[in-house]
Amino acid sequence: MRKRLVAPGASHAVMIVVVLMTLFPMLYAVLLATQVPEQYYQFPPRFLPGSSLLDNARYVWNDIHMGRLLLNTTIISLAVAIGKIFLSILAGFAFVYFDFPGKGWVFILILLTHMLPVPVRIVPTFELLDQMGWVDTYAGLTVPFLASATGTLLFRQLYQTIPPSLADAARIDGAGPMRFLWSIVMPLSRTNIAALFLVEFIYMWNQYLWPLIIANSDATRVVQIGLKQLVATDAAVDWHYVMAGTVISTLPPLIVLVLLQRSLLEGMSLYEEKS
Amino acid sequence: MQTRFPNRLLPYLLLAPSVLVVLVFFVIPAVQSIQLSLYRVSALGDRRIFVGWQNFTRLFADPDYLNSIVVTGWFSLIVVFAGLAVSLLVAVVANQRLRGFAFYRTLLIWPYAISPSIAGLIWALMLEPSFGLASHLLTDLTGISFNFRTSANHALLFIALAATWKMLGYNIIFFLAGLRGLPTELLEAAEVDGAGPWRRFWRIVFPLLSPTTFFLFVMNTLYAFFEGFGLVHITTSGGPGRATDLLVFKLYRDGFIGLNTGYASAQSVLLLIMVAALTTLQFRYAGSKVFYQ
Repeated sequence: MRKRLVAPGASHAVMIVVVLMTLFPMLYAVLLATQVPEQYYQFPPRFLPGSSLLDNARYVWNDIHMGRLLLNTTIISLAVAIGKIFLSILAGFAFVYFDFPGKGWVFILILLTHMLPVPVRIVPTFELLDQMGWVDTYAGLTVPFLASATGTLLFRQLYQTIPPSLADAARIDGAGPMRFLWSIVMPLSRTNIAALFLVEFIYMWNQYLWPLIIANSDATRVVQIGLKQLVATDAAVDWHYVMAGTVISTLPPLIVLVLLQRSLLEGMSLYEEKS
Repeated sequence: MQTRFPNRLLPYLLLAPSVLVVLVFFVIPAVQSIQLSLYRVSALGDRRIFVGWQNFTRLFADPDYLNSIVVTGWFSLIVVFAGLAVSLLVAVVANQRLRGFAFYRTLLIWPYAISPSIAGLIWALMLEPSFGLASHLLTDLTGISFNFRTSANHALLFIALAATWKMLGYNIIFFLAGLRGLPTELLEAAEVDGAGPWRRFWRIVFPLLSPTTFFLFVMNTLYAFFEGFGLVHITTSGGPGRATDLLVFKLYRDGFIGLNTGYASAQSVLLLIMVAALTTLQFRYAGSKVFYQ
């Protein structure tokens, strides 16, 4: 055990200050969501929660149709997270358990997605989706996101560490590759699936540019874009409403993060062991 | 080496969905971006005239584009350096093996759940000229009254602060993972030899952590170049003047508001060159290790 630089009590105090400073903007947003303008305009500021949280939440919920915005965002985030997991498990499995001509090229092709973020291909992608009739549809919001270099690499790396004896045993028992994938490989992938779900769900929930151009009708608009209506006025901003909207729209990804962060950290240490 | 299943068709079927999406929505549109950058397209999209390099020469003569380069440069510089410095500091403090610290570490990851646009709204509140706490603090510290709605420099600082804060969770996770992976024997040996904490950090921890730092440098640069869009769109709309007109925001204005698609595609191509350079550097240096978005 190494000597401590400072007493553990002091370490805790320092750490609590660090955590509070890091999270302060979030706490301040929550605080404002509970107040009315008379409370947050007063000086010097007081950090006492108000009692208007429900009123503020109800107001924004009706004002910008938050129910619909949240439903749309939930649908596309679930679809993309699950779709990406599915596609990258299949791809990772193919790379590790088969030999086939063109393997290296296909691998590079999938890695290329990393070099091609939305802005570098935005005009032609939009024109393509326009021709396909996918503007203002869930398909237009989700399908272009389904390929995942991250996921493919993640599962490929995991499958390389599965003992070969398992696949040998499966073959001797006469189990085909899909059977092996389903009953042996999938259960071993659980932590990585959870970690990837966390990353991709939050990634999709927080998309802005693509939904802005592809989905600007009430039927398909996502919550990030919907919030803009609260600040797009020339009048003074109603911060209590904006923050109520902010808090509501951050809860789903935050809940996913809290529930699954353990898997993410486990997945990370797996990654760290290999480097 | 894994056992291989002897099957000719199956691997192609397994890869088909991914390959299809990559080709149709990534590779082909990227190639078309390059093509389109050599054309001038009418606003209705019905006529295309080949103009060669003209879009590019116009770009580098366009004061708005040059401004966007400068704005994005400063923005990235702050996001990358302030972000990495603060995250590393926090990660080092949080990495102590003490009871209860695992819980603190989970809390530090929370900003990861926040979107850049929401980070923008929260920091617009923090820096609200009339009552925002952070603007009061800045005004008290500097004596200059802080107003990101009217001052160009303040606006740039505002979007950089919001973007940096949003990325803290991500950076801290990776620094924590990197710190956990350091060989303890080396650190203990240095301590036995009488090296103080400052010296141990700069001589041992920091150099050994360089793969993580380099990875985060690349990811934060990409983030600053591409993910600042929502933050700007929802708060400043590029203003005041063009003070927060990031490259991606200008691209959007030209392509989707000005409907000048050839000109916008030329901007896409320049961004593509920049990403290609960065990711090539990364693959050279770090190999094809897994990284999260």
